[in-house]
Amino acid sequence: MRRYSAFAIAREAVRYHQGWERAWRSPAPRPAYEVVVVGAGGHGLATAYYLARNHGITDVAVLEKGWLGGGNTGRNTTIIRSNYLQDPSAAIYEKARSLYETMSRDLNMNVMFSPRGVLMLAQTEHEKRGYLRTAHANRLQGVATEFIGPERVKELVPIINVSGPRYPVLGALWQPRGGTARHDAVAWAYARACSAMGIDIIQRCEVTGITQERGRVTGVETTRGHIGAKKLAIVVAGHSGVLAEMAGFRLPIESVALQALVSEPIKPAIDVVVMANTVHGYMSQSDKGELVIGGGADGYNNYTQRGSFHHIEETVRALVETFPIISRLRMMRQWGGIVDMTGDRSPILSKTPLEGCYINAGWGTGGFKSIPGSGWAMAELVAKDAPGPLAAPFGLERFREGRFIDESVAAGVAH
Amino acid sequence: MLLLECPYCGVMADETELAPGGEAHIARRGPEASEEEFAAYLFERKNPRGVHFERWRHAAGCGKWFHAARDTVTLEVFATYSAQTLAPPEEVLAAIRRKRPGWEGWP
Repeated sequence: MRRYSAFAIAREAVRYHQGWERAWRSPAPRPAYEVVVVGAGGHGLATAYYLARNHGITDVAVLEKGWLGGGNTGRNTTIIRSNYLQDPSAAIYEKARSLYETMSRDLNMNVMFSPRGVLMLAQTEHEKRGYLRTAHANRLQGVATEFIGPERVKELVPIINVSGPRYPVLGALWQPRGGTARHDAVAWAYARACSAMGIDIIQRCEVTGITQERGRVTGVETTRGHIGAKKLAIVVAGHSGVLAEMAGFRLPIESVALQALVSEPIKPAIDVVVMANTVHGYMSQSDKGELVIGGGADGYNNYTQRGSFHHIEETVRALVETFPIISRLRMMRQWGGIVDMTGDRSPILSKTPLEGCYINAGWGTGGFKSIPGSGWAMAELVAKDAPGPLAAPFGLERFREGRFIDESVAAGVAH
Repeated sequence: MLLLECPYCGVMADETELAPGGEAHIARRGPEASEEEFAAYLFERKNPRGVHFERWRHAAGCGKWFHAARDTVTLEVFATYSAQTLAPPEEVLAAIRRKRPGWEGWP
C-alpha cells in the first residue's frame, strides 16, 4: 500500500495522477479462511482490521452482499459522542470516540473527524433531570461532559430559539469532544488498511446459509460458492435476525426503519451537533453546507430502508420551531436504514449457541459512533473465544439473567 | 403510509391513528417453564424478513387491539383479524398463500 501524504499528492500532480493505486483489492474468495466476517460495513471492517492489528490474525475474509459501506454505514447522520448513562456503554462508546480522534493518522486516510461538540437539549424538566444525572455519571466514568444552561446554549448555537412555546430549551448536556466524521471514509479507511494487511474483502457475495457440523460452524454458503471458516463473525446491522435464523438461533432483536434527510446547502450557520431527543430531531451542518437531519424510528418491523412520512413531518415541525431560520429551506434527499433494536437499547457482542459463531448486533440507532470500539471489542472476542472487558457486559445471556444495560431512558431515541 | 382496516370498527386507519404492539401469537410460558423458555418468551423475536403477524391497537379510534398479517419487505397487508385468537385463522393463512405460494412461515 502506497501511503497517502502531501508528498504523494505533489508527486501525482506532476505525473498526471497516473500513479494512484486502487484503495483495496477485490480478490476471488479462497476456499477457506480462519475467520469469515459477514458484513463489510464499518463494524465488520473494523472487526477484521483489529483482528489483524491487535491479534495477528490475517487469514480473514469480509463478505458483503452489496457494496462496501452501503448499508447503515452510508446512511447515518455521522454523529460521534459517548455521553451515555451506564458504565458499560460509556466504556465502549468512549473507546470508540478516542479511536476516532487518531483514526486519520492510524489508518493513513482522512476521515474528516471533526470534534465540533455535541449538544443534547433538555426541553422538559424530566429530561433536564435525566441529563444532570448523565453528566454526573459521565464524570465518574471519566467522560468529559457538562450540563450547561440556556444562555450558554444560545452562545454556542446563535440560530437556536431557546424560548419556544412548546419546546423551550432548559439547558443541555454538552460533550465538547464529540462531533462528526465522514462516514464513507471510515469504511474506506478500514477497508484499505485491511486489504494492505492481506485481508480479502469480497463484495457482491451474499451469505445464503451457514454450514455446521456437530454444533460447530464450518463455513458459509454464498452466492459465490461455499467458503469454509473456522470462526464466523456476524456483523450485519439491520439483518442480524436473518443471519441468526440461518445459524439456528433467535435474537432479542426487532428491525425497524430510521430516517434521515438533508437540506440544500447554505452558508455556515451551525458549527456544533444539536440533538433534541424530546422532539426526535437532530441536526448538524456538513462540510458541503447541507443541514443533516435525523428523525425518529418507526415503531413496527420493517426491512424496506424507507420510513413513514409522518416521522419526517414531526421531526421537521419540531426543528423549525427550535431553529426558525430553517423554515424556508428545501429538503433535498431523504432515506432510511434498517436498525436492529434490542429491548434495553444496548448492543449485543456475544458468543452464540453455535460454537465458533459470534455476533455483533443490536446497535440500534447508535451504530456509526461506535464503529472503532465495536470492532476492537469484537476482534478480541473472536480471537480469544472469550469477551474482553469492553464486550463482556454485552453478552446475549444478559437477557436471561436480567442484567440489562438500560439505555432506553437515557438515549431511547435518536442518534 | 401504512393503512390497516380495524376488524372491530371497520375503519381504514392510517398508521398515525394506530399504535404498533410487536409480534403476535407469542405463547405465554407458565411458572413451570425453564429459564431459557421464559427468556425466549420475553425477549426472542422472529423478526422475519417477509410475512409477519403482529399486534396493533386502534389507539386514536375505537381503542381495540387487533392482529395484522403484513409483509415487512413490501409493506403489503394480507389481512387484519380479531385479537381473540391464539393463532392466525385459516382464511388469513390462505390469503397469504394465495399471494406467496410456497410460504411456510407458520407456525
